[in-house]
Amino acid sequence: MLHYLAKRILSLCLSLAIASMVIFAVIEVAPGDPASFMLGTGAQEDTVAALREELGLNQSKLSRYFSWVTGMVTGDFGTSYTYRTPVAKMVGDRLWVSLPLALYALILSTLIALPAGIFAASRRGKLGDMSVMGATQVGMAVPNFWFAMLLVLVFAINLRWFAAGGFIGWDKGLWAGLHALTLPAIALALPQAAILARVMRSALLDVLNEDFMRSARAKGLSQGQAIRRHGVRNALIPVLTIIGLQFSFLLAGAIIIEQVFYLPGLGRLVFQAISARDLIVVESVVMLLVFAVIMVNFLVDLTYALVDPRLRRTP
Amino acid sequence: MSLLDISGLSLSIGALPILRDVTLSIAAGEILAVTGESGSGKSMTALAVMRLLPQVAKTRGAIYLEETELCALSEDDMCRRRGRDIGMVFQEPMTALNPVMTIGAQVMETIQIHTDMTRAEAEVEAARVLTRVGLPPDRFALDRYPHELSGGQRQRVVIAMAIALRPKLLIADEPTTALDVTTQAQILDLLRDLVRETGMGLMIITHDLAVVAGLADRIVVMRNGEVVERGPTMSVLTHQRHPYTRMLFQASRHRVTLPAARQARSPLLEVRHAVRDYPTARPHLFAKHGRFRAVNDVSFTLHRGERLGLVGESGCGKSTLTRAILGLEGLQGGELLLNGQPLSQKRSPAERQAMQVVFQDPFGSFNPRHRVERLITEPFHSAADAPTGRNREDMVAQVLSDVGLRPEDAQKYPHQFSGGQRQRIAIARALITRPELILFDEAVSALDVSVRARILDLIADLCRAYGLTYLFISHDLSVVREICDRVLVMQNGEIVEDGPVAQVFAAPQHSYTRRLLAAAPVLPDMTAEDDTAGAPA
Amino acid sequence: MSSATDIPPNQKARAMSRSLILGGMLAGIMLILALVSFVWTPFDHAVMNIPDKMQPPNAVHWLGTDHFGRDILSMVMVGARTSLAVACLSVGIGMSLGVPLGLAAAAMRGSWLDEMIMRGNDLVFAFPSLVIAILITAVFGPSAANAIIAIGIFNIPVFARVARGGSLSLWAREFILAARVAGKSRARISVEHILPNISNLLIVQGTIQFSLGILAEASLSYIGLGAQPPTPSWGRMLAEAQTMVSLAPHLAIVPGLAIILTVVGLNLLGDGLRDRFDPRLLEGRA
Repeated sequence: MLHYLAKRILSLCLSLAIASMVIFAVIEVAPGDPASFMLGTGAQEDTVAALREELGLNQSKLSRYFSWVTGMVTGDFGTSYTYRTPVAKMVGDRLWVSLPLALYALILSTLIALPAGIFAASRRGKLGDMSVMGATQVGMAVPNFWFAMLLVLVFAINLRWFAAGGFIGWDKGLWAGLHALTLPAIALALPQAAILARVMRSALLDVLNEDFMRSARAKGLSQGQAIRRHGVRNALIPVLTIIGLQFSFLLAGAIIIEQVFYLPGLGRLVFQAISARDLIVVESVVMLLVFAVIMVNFLVDLTYALVDPRLRRTP
Repeated sequence: MSLLDISGLSLSIGALPILRDVTLSIAAGEILAVTGESGSGKSMTALAVMRLLPQVAKTRGAIYLEETELCALSEDDMCRRRGRDIGMVFQEPMTALNPVMTIGAQVMETIQIHTDMTRAEAEVEAARVLTRVGLPPDRFALDRYPHELSGGQRQRVVIAMAIALRPKLLIADEPTTALDVTTQAQILDLLRDLVRETGMGLMIITHDLAVVAGLADRIVVMRNGEVVERGPTMSVLTHQRHPYTRMLFQASRHRVTLPAARQARSPLLEVRHAVRDYPTARPHLFAKHGRFRAVNDVSFTLHRGERLGLVGESGCGKSTLTRAILGLEGLQGGELLLNGQPLSQKRSPAERQAMQVVFQDPFGSFNPRHRVERLITEPFHSAADAPTGRNREDMVAQVLSDVGLRPEDAQKYPHQFSGGQRQRIAIARALITRPELILFDEAVSALDVSVRARILDLIADLCRAYGLTYLFISHDLSVVREICDRVLVMQNGEIVEDGPVAQVFAAPQHSYTRRLLAAAPVLPDMTAEDDTAGAPA
Repeated sequence: MSSATDIPPNQKARAMSRSLILGGMLAGIMLILALVSFVWTPFDHAVMNIPDKMQPPNAVHWLGTDHFGRDILSMVMVGARTSLAVACLSVGIGMSLGVPLGLAAAAMRGSWLDEMIMRGNDLVFAFPSLVIAILITAVFGPSAANAIIAIGIFNIPVFARVARGGSLSLWAREFILAARVAGKSRARISVEHILPNISNLLIVQGTIQFSLGILAEASLSYIGLGAQPPTPSWGRMLAEAQTMVSLAPHLAIVPGLAIILTVVGLNLLGDGLRDRFDPRLLEGRA
């Protein structure tokens, strides 16, 4: 177990290091001088020079990379050029919208998908299976932002159960915050749930063909008991992989859904930064997103070991 | 009153009949063997008793377990009988256990489904049953996972699961087919003892007549979903009333007339001090890789015209050695010589053509998208003087007829052939370059006995026509005995015995060889017209 | 025996051809709409006609008009062009780079090359297309080409993984060993024996990635990181419809349905192809 953990941590650090280099390199590729790029055409010589100094552009690339990375590690993300505030503070505020939204959606999607997939697999070829599969076929095809617009139209504008947009913040209490994030989370979760339900179903169907399921039936378990006791846990192994991958889609999707609901999340921040050509903010937000994805996949790897004893052994 | 009575059982899937009017019975304390080649319906009969057939299967007929007609039971009632009244053991111990559940939990499950025992009581009971099957908890803790056990140990766990509640009937579907011969003997002993001890009935399904002969009280022979012969073991073995039974027995104890080996004894292949290590996982992150020595200082010489056998159980290193000889893997130490010239892993075209191979799996041996002509001329790939046009067609036609196929078959795809025919194609591919040496890598292990007998005859015929020199790698001692002049016995990466076949089988020197020979089930000599010497013990 | 325990083949055949036909039809209709738009659309999709704005579907404008009075059917037809082109090119990028990488990784299984390719794959998976698009756009500005690159990059590891996974099981098969014994190089075996036998897998994955590409293009255009005006695109039509959704729902519903129908069609096509290919895959593995 320790061996497995150490190996995972090592590969986690390596991934983070390479990802940061890639991001840094892409931003470096920006045509021309970053300072004059950020200031746009027609900027004064001395303003550009001042910004160059501020950004540390006069140092070597290597030392700038290291100061960026060490800054990130210590929580110093630099200072936004447009807002003149520390990027860490801006990102931190926005993160409290985007991350809960993605997690909320992940939980919703898992809660819907796993039972639906198990249900469909245990009624393979019957009406229940066909209905679930038909629904997932549509669910996978619906763009989440379009679905979000429909949700707004029905539940916010017509029924008035939810606000059409905006976020009141967590100060008003957990419940109020969750309420405001519910429509966005549903919009995000359903298309992903459709995919996950199909993965769950097919993973379970694969497991049903395994010899040990026949052994379980030979012991006297009914089909349903065999699925619950032996099938689901084995089928979870491929499902976990997809849940891990989905988190990155949900996080990215959150950025898009924020646009529909006018949520003050990372998405809004990054689009404003792009139009203001505030590369420092873009760089930091992207790094943060990638960090989150890599971390979640690391956690998924650890969960594997809990589900599958074959990974736990010290070889 | 028998324990199990199957009468008039017919089964079909769609329009395809699987079983036709099968009738058989088992008494308490009796061992009944159901035997036959693949497709005979023997496994389906077993699944029908368990009512674990695929849902699309349609059955007719009656299956009585004592007074109860199993076919008439509701699914819930049937669930209460499975595991309690009838236990079942399957062929593949590697996959028959849930990989994410401990062995203790899997045995306890059988107990807990059917009884009111508490967890603690069930645990004690599971430990008792596991001890009985040879896995005492002090050495095999209940919280072990299946992947920590060997194949034979896993099969013991499966048996423990099946007999935990002392069922009246145990069904074992090819329980030892996936196991090595020494393990097979132990598992068969265990099953026999359990029957004597508990008085349960045992229905054992196996294709191996030698296993049947040594174990069963009565035999049922099946072919194409029908019972063709039944009776007490001795009676069936001696009389063999049905022609199919006779054919099966003859094929099982098939004698091959190998032409005498050529006399000129010049060395063809020399293996000198061959060593092959595999890295194992590091014990901890900063340690060096461990290593596993699959082939340990192996030396032997294969002479021109000689038919050499290489036997050993799984994991003994014979496959690794084969791959090294073929140049598919390198060696860490020692050397290989062909005709006195050192062979490196990188082979010259001439060296490649001098050595060909026939693999085990008749279904995996060919690219399904290529025609036979293209498949069997693949060995010419690196040849500078590969035949072309008319010449090549003639060559293909010649080699196809040599292996008993027709020249027209060159234009067919592999899926149009049966398993035995595909193995003939594989042999044709190995012959086409007129190699000096052929490696048969478990080449008849996947075939039914009747097909195997014909392929062995073919190899003997080819010995006459081509004067073959080969290395025949197999786990099956009886096959090597028929088809080789000399035999090497391999254990744990080393060759422990090397000698002429007759000598090794009659008077084995090494204790491992003796163990192997003793464990191999033997079909006793029953028929008068067979004049071969008595089987070794 | 194993084939006998499966669903009867004729029953399966009927089920598969249904999804194949329906999917093929849906995807085919969209392709035809896109192709026809090159030579004919009911109206010029770019011409504004303010007096006719926000019309619901009617006899003249079959699918209505938008807030500038542009004909929605014409915009949807031209938009199909953008969607299909972006999805097609990004699948092309993914396949042409991913498949060789996957084949190479499988051919050199366990080597440093395999390790590097697979670790590189994992790394790219940490960059969802949207994040790549954000990075590219921040540096080079938004465009349809950037959308193609962003989606295409994300497709590379997908195809690499499928190609490697499919190849690995083949490399252990005896016909590959036979080819190696005959002296064929790993590269040659990959092309001659491996690639044809994994092409089914790749085609199925291709249709899946194609449909995901259409969704991704719509998302990127919706947030302004994809096709830029005046190039029409389903995603941008939706972005423009957003503020008017309560006044004229058809503005949002029509392009949304276009996306859904295309994606459903492609997914059904993929499912149908998978079922159709399956027996042959099984036969090879039996």
